Amino acid sequence: MTGTILTALVSHWWRNPLQLFTLLAGLALATALWSGVQAVNAEARASYDAAANTLGEGQFDQLVAQGGGTIPQATYVSLRRAGWLVSPVVEGRLNGVRIVGLDPLTAPGGLGPIRLDEGADIGTFLTGRGQLFGQQSALDDLGDLGPDAVVSPDVAPGTVITDIGVAQQLLGLEGQVSRMLIAPDQPINQVALEVAAPEVRRQPAQGGSDIARLTDSFHLNLTAFGLLSFAVGIFIVNGAIGLAFEQRRPVVRTLRALGVPLPQLIILMALELAIMALVAGGIGVMLGYVIASLLLPDVAATLRGLYGADVAGTLQLRPVWWLSGLAIALGGTALAAGGAFWKLARMPLLAGAAPRALAMAAGRRAVFQGVCAVILLIAALLLGITGTGLLAGFVMLGCLLIGAALALPVLLDRALALFQSRTAEVRAAWFWADTRQQLPGLSLALMALLLAMAANVGVSTMVSSFRLTFTGFLDQRLASELYVTAQDPAQAAELQDFLAPRVDAILPIVSAEVEIAGLPTEIFGARDHATYRDARAFLTAAATPWDAVAAGEGILINEQLARRSGLVVGDAVTFAGRDLTIAATYGDYGNPIGQAIINEALFKTLYPDITPLRFGLRMDAAEVPAVVAALIDDQGLSADQMINQARIKQFSLDVFDRTFTVTTALNVLTLAVAGFAILMSLLTLAAMRVPQLAPAWAMGMTRAQLGRFELIRAVLLAVLTAIAALPLGLALAWALLAVVNVAAFGWKLPMFLFPMDYLRLLIFALLAAGLAALWPAWRLSRTPPSDLLKVFSNER
Amino acid sequence: MNAKILALVVFPGVAAAQGFAGLGTDAAGFSVPQPDPVFDFPTDHGPHPDYRIEWWYLTANLEGPNGTPYGLQWTLFRSALAPDAGEGWTAPQLWMGHAAVTTPDAHFVTERLARGGIGQAGVTATPFAAWIDDWQLAGTFDVARMTASGPDFAYDMDLTATGPLIFHGDAGYSVKSAKGQASYYYSQPFYEVSGTLTLPTGEVPVTGSAWLDREWSSQPLAEDQSGWDWFSLSFDDGSKMMGFLLRQTDGSAYSSGTWIDPESTTPYGDGAFAATPLRWAKVAGRDIPVSWQVTLPERGVDVTVTAINDAAWMDTSVPYWEGPVTVTGSHEGQGYLEMTGYE
Repeated sequence: MTGTILTALVSHWWRNPLQLFTLLAGLALATALWSGVQAVNAEARASYDAAANTLGEGQFDQLVAQGGGTIPQATYVSLRRAGWLVSPVVEGRLNGVRIVGLDPLTAPGGLGPIRLDEGADIGTFLTGRGQLFGQQSALDDLGDLGPDAVVSPDVAPGTVITDIGVAQQLLGLEGQVSRMLIAPDQPINQVALEVAAPEVRRQPAQGGSDIARLTDSFHLNLTAFGLLSFAVGIFIVNGAIGLAFEQRRPVVRTLRALGVPLPQLIILMALELAIMALVAGGIGVMLGYVIASLLLPDVAATLRGLYGADVAGTLQLRPVWWLSGLAIALGGTALAAGGAFWKLARMPLLAGAAPRALAMAAGRRAVFQGVCAVILLIAALLLGITGTGLLAGFVMLGCLLIGAALALPVLLDRALALFQSRTAEVRAAWFWADTRQQLPGLSLALMALLLAMAANVGVSTMVSSFRLTFTGFLDQRLASELYVTAQDPAQAAELQDFLAPRVDAILPIVSAEVEIAGLPTEIFGARDHATYRDARAFLTAAATPWDAVAAGEGILINEQLARRSGLVVGDAVTFAGRDLTIAATYGDYGNPIGQAIINEALFKTLYPDITPLRFGLRMDAAEVPAVVAALIDDQGLSADQMINQARIKQFSLDVFDRTFTVTTALNVLTLAVAGFAILMSLLTLAAMRVPQLAPAWAMGMTRAQLGRFELIRAVLLAVLTAIAALPLGLALAWALLAVVNVAAFGWKLPMFLFPMDYLRLLIFALLAAGLAALWPAWRLSRTPPSDLLKVFSNER
Repeated sequence: MNAKILALVVFPGVAAAQGFAGLGTDAAGFSVPQPDPVFDFPTDHGPHPDYRIEWWYLTANLEGPNGTPYGLQWTLFRSALAPDAGEGWTAPQLWMGHAAVTTPDAHFVTERLARGGIGQAGVTATPFAAWIDDWQLAGTFDVARMTASGPDFAYDMDLTATGPLIFHGDAGYSVKSAKGQASYYYSQPFYEVSGTLTLPTGEVPVTGSAWLDREWSSQPLAEDQSGWDWFSLSFDDGSKMMGFLLRQTDGSAYSSGTWIDPESTTPYGDGAFAATPLRWAKVAGRDIPVSWQVTLPERGVDVTVTAINDAAWMDTSVPYWEGPVTVTGSHEGQGYLEMTGYE
């Protein structure tokens, strides 16, 4: 019996392969975008964990220098000789690769992720040419430095592990260690740490990594993108299932009339859907893998550029997102089919098949949708005004997007009604009326388009605003043409003498770590110089902030510190026993902690022990290469002791371009999904619409005209949706910049508008809608006249 | 990577000496001990970096206030990856320290590893100092202070030598196999010791005697030797005896011994010294002979040597058995037993 029922149910799909395709493709696309984004996130997080745990940092406490910086190697030896089982680590970057040097004899985790069978030769590792262990890409980036390169896939991406002696030499840190790992079992009778090495401080083992926290927001954005795409996909699936169930009513009625119990029927139909969901989910996960592997290199480059986080550029198959992909496909199907099953369960046994039911029900549903939309939009508004925190920001975004999507059909209907009332010509009037008639069937697809376009506008506005602000900020912050770092005070003095006749100005950069209003803050001593006075723009400022700073009475603080401490211009802050008045606040994008600027002379008084080792050099930009060459040849500076301002800016722009690649790819994908939704809706509607088109054809309109109308209608609806999407997208951008960013990072980004981008997006959307309507329109123009005639002969 | 595997790779010489035949037994580039050595003291108390393997190996039989016997070990191994002293991290000299305290019912052991060349471990002849981390044996070779610590024990001892250095084999040239493998080997068996043991149960003041072995070589074992059994025995009549068996893979053994009495030192070649297991015990999952019949017929020695604590297993990177023993039979006394290569 069960087999017979199944055959009867499944026969529907054979007769409507397009519907089956819509269902499977919708689900697969939704799953693909979701699991693709999840895969990218998972890969990135796995990379952070691997990097943070390269040497088992998660398990071991560490010793770090009291005031930051490196620790003399002699301190390591004297700690060992005082009974402290610690192991030295040297860390730094070379050619963009993180170099970790360890001492395998004392490291509590031994050689970490390196395995002996991977080609480790202890003799060479310790005392020969040295060995560098890392993934192929990291070794390639590093280039040939002398030591043997050994490919070791377990080492964190962008990281190379080597012996401490080799690392010290490569990084120019001879006689220095960056930190020390403390072995878990310490001997009794050891000398107290304060006595053995007062210059170090114990730092407890860290569960998560700083990078993971820093990048959380980035991943949250990606996740939101994935979820949005998934929602768009579920709209499609919901439409397909609703239509299929509607059309299967006669079958269901017949089966029940034949005595099939309702529960059995529902279970079988649910089973049927579950199998489809698993098939589609499987396809989706595979597609997601492809999407993720295409996106990952750019995401990795973005994360490295923005946060210095090393992420593997290649994807590993992780069972967890296979499972999560299938689960979300099942869950999404259940969500999309819930309503259909509800209706099925409540359907009177003898209720007839009602082909118009979809359209009729839409009318009643529209009212309900409208009410929901208004409630959600009001909620979004209220949250926008009163809400604080990351969660409120995202809830607001959710309310805004869903509310707007629900309001769309109502708005479109009102707009079309307006056009209709202004039209006298018969064919035009019919066109408007017919468009309104079709609206309910297309509304899900149009909602998908709305969300896709809004996301597009929102995210590209955010990223472009960020780029504009950040590059402007870099111009202020990197006002000097060249930055040099001396190894020690002696070299610093030499450098200043050497450079004085060669450059326009030498601006020392000194900083110390302090607490202001209980918050960790990096305080800088700035020379009173035109460089700063001219370049720096303030967010809020007293009348003459630089004069106040120059007088040793004023202090400038960054936005993060101001927001977190609640301090404003004019407030007094106390540190190191001094009272200073806040003269201005400034934007400090990309910095996770507080920062403040005081006068150089005051800094010297407060911190006499800190000698500047870094200098900003002002000169004509054209002279930079000559000065760099002179510093290398005459002063023996290495290339990594100098930072060329132009290069940093170029690097930042490259990073943003990578970010754009990622967002553009996601935007194109969501737009494609929305286009697909339109195509599928038009195709499913096409069959049902023949009875409405037949009279128009009978009255003299050609099939070609009807096809053209079809195309125009799709484009017109897309235009109307785009008009609605623009303000929604801008609202989205505002929420991301002014609410989510502030909550996540502590700074607010000014919002800029990019009309040309929006115009381009509009053209894309019209193209997508036009392309989607092309085939249905063409099919319509080729409908055999016999089919149109049948409408009248059948006389339904 | 597992630290123990690492140590095995880093200390092939020690591993070989401790019975892991086949690991690094060639002497490529290293100096090889030659017959008729001429020692130069105090220089030779210091390291010989052109030899692959070297040790400062001290064992002590101690007694607490209530007569409880204790055993103590302080060992510093040097292993060279290449025959030069070097400086900084690239110095090819690696160091390993073992420290242990044995009581009749407990055995405490701990280990340290260090690179040479950065000051974390090493030996200097003048003034005499041997150290790794916070452990040290320093002062002069005759009067020294010795310390070591682990997670559950520590000790601090004063040593005073009351007799001359003893040279084993042919004036310090100690042959280890019929094929001619040899080491330079001398001892200071006449230390008087006093100091404090810090154990989980509290501090224990102890006194007793200690035996320091100095040995260096580049190819300590022949390919077909699987391990050794080494005895250092101090008899109540004032005489002492050192003897070892180098077990061959075919079941036979190469033996050597030294008889030390107040008047003279007499070396004995292969076959004179003999030792036969009397009782085996299951220690760390292996069968270990913890009681031996030891004979040196030419000196009328026929004694039973018994471990004070069967479980004196050195669970270090290179594992072996090392513990204090009591001696009964033709001679009464005490001593130390070291057994390596028991799988």
